[in-house]
Amino acid sequence: MTLPLADVGFAEATWILVVKSILIFLVIFMIMPVLTVVERKLLGRFQARYGPNRVGPYGLLQPLADALKLVSKEYYTPTSAVPLLYALGPMLVIFSGIAALAIIPVGNVKDGVGFYGIDVSIGVLYFFAFGSFAFYGLLLGGWASGSKYSFLGAMRSAAQLISYEVSMGLALLGAIMMAGTLSLTGIVEAQDEIWYIVPQIVGFLIFMIAGFAEANRAPFDLPEADAELVAGYQTEYGGMRYGTFALTEYVEMFLVSGIATTFFLGGWQGPGPGWLDPFWMLAKILTLILFFMWIRATLPRLRYDQLMSLGWKILLPLATLNVLVTAILVTVF
Amino acid sequence: MEAKANTENADWEAFPYLGGADVISVQRGPDPGGAGGAYRAFGETLRGLKTTFARILEGPVTIQYPEEKTPVYPRFRGRHKLHRFEDTGVEKCVGCSLCAAACPADCIRVVAAENDPANRVSAGERYAEVYEINLSRCIFCGYCEVACPFDAITMGHEYELSDYNRSDLIFTKEMLLAAPIDKVPLRREGE
Repeated sequence: MTLPLADVGFAEATWILVVKSILIFLVIFMIMPVLTVVERKLLGRFQARYGPNRVGPYGLLQPLADALKLVSKEYYTPTSAVPLLYALGPMLVIFSGIAALAIIPVGNVKDGVGFYGIDVSIGVLYFFAFGSFAFYGLLLGGWASGSKYSFLGAMRSAAQLISYEVSMGLALLGAIMMAGTLSLTGIVEAQDEIWYIVPQIVGFLIFMIAGFAEANRAPFDLPEADAELVAGYQTEYGGMRYGTFALTEYVEMFLVSGIATTFFLGGWQGPGPGWLDPFWMLAKILTLILFFMWIRATLPRLRYDQLMSLGWKILLPLATLNVLVTAILVTVF
Repeated sequence: MEAKANTENADWEAFPYLGGADVISVQRGPDPGGAGGAYRAFGETLRGLKTTFARILEGPVTIQYPEEKTPVYPRFRGRHKLHRFEDTGVEKCVGCSLCAAACPADCIRVVAAENDPANRVSAGERYAEVYEINLSRCIFCGYCEVACPFDAITMGHEYELSDYNRSDLIFTKEMLLAAPIDKVPLRREGE
């Protein structure tokens, strides 16, 4: 089967694709609420306090209370906002986040069913396309809010995007060259001897640092910057629109962790029988997400110019050097 | 760390008017930026990760307030208590109003009455017919306790004194005399 936009490595009947997409959607949206409460409880522990422990046993029903509160709130639009773009912002963000999840492979083809949304030959470019697309949502939402804080947050997100995106791509390039394919399943298959975190440790570190910026997480949560910009681009949003932005942060975190797992941590590979593959993948992703939370509890937010100089002066030269060295080694051996 | 005069690297040509020996050039911390800066930032990040992880192992220090109470010191000045003699059961307060006179917030009201010898309320000639403390005014200074010649009034340990009405915070003699509900834990030695 050939799609007009991209070659597909392996594709099933349409109804299987539909079932798969619903399944991915459900699993992700079962995990997200758990992640929110885990993050809050973990942040509490990191700061020598308990975190939420009032709603339900051990506070585990907290996301339910949060969601109920957000859903029952008014959909307020400021008079200075551009209503259409204002409403479009969160939609674009959540759309691009979920769409990008489609390429994360949780297993290989088994019994004629591929354990991923879709295996496209452009693989990682798909991820970058939707990752950058998410920033249109932030930018539009923040700019259309008609508030100075939202505007500043939106501008920061744009400046942040151009500072880290290049080095993020270059960081993955090393792994791509070693595997010799852009397809994510192909890259995981290529790691059955050694996980790329060993030869590509520099690429992994650069990708993770850029990934914090991609997911708008501390220490690069400049667009949000709750200390100085109220809530940055989401200042004027309320109700489930705000909830969508908050949820997308977790989706993005999941996405970045998924890509990092696929490229550097051997994807679904692990000991045990074949049906364990999705669980290995999930376990690796969740470990990386815990690392995200640990970093959030540890590092203060970088200043605007510090992020830029980190991106351009340190990450980019390092990533380029990494690509260069990898290219030479791949050609020689 | 001791401040040290860095005289070796000072640029004497820049300060000819100072005559050399008095010039102290100060460098606060290592030079930021560059490869060294990145290396240091990486190391410091690892140190920070260790610090936050140690907090998890330590466990929370939160006191879960409504279920757990903050312990107080024995000298803590909480809600007042009026006392009776333990053997005879008569009140220690003789209605002298010294506490009311000592009170800087003017929150104590005492109306004294003559004791009936057949049916004594207090040990002295007179007793307090009305003894009210307006706790919404009280500043918990403890002067009443100091002023009392018979140790009839002392400051207790209770600090949960919120109420829905201001008038409910006017404590009468009966309320102050009643055996206190000892809800508040005392701090142990060294706590």
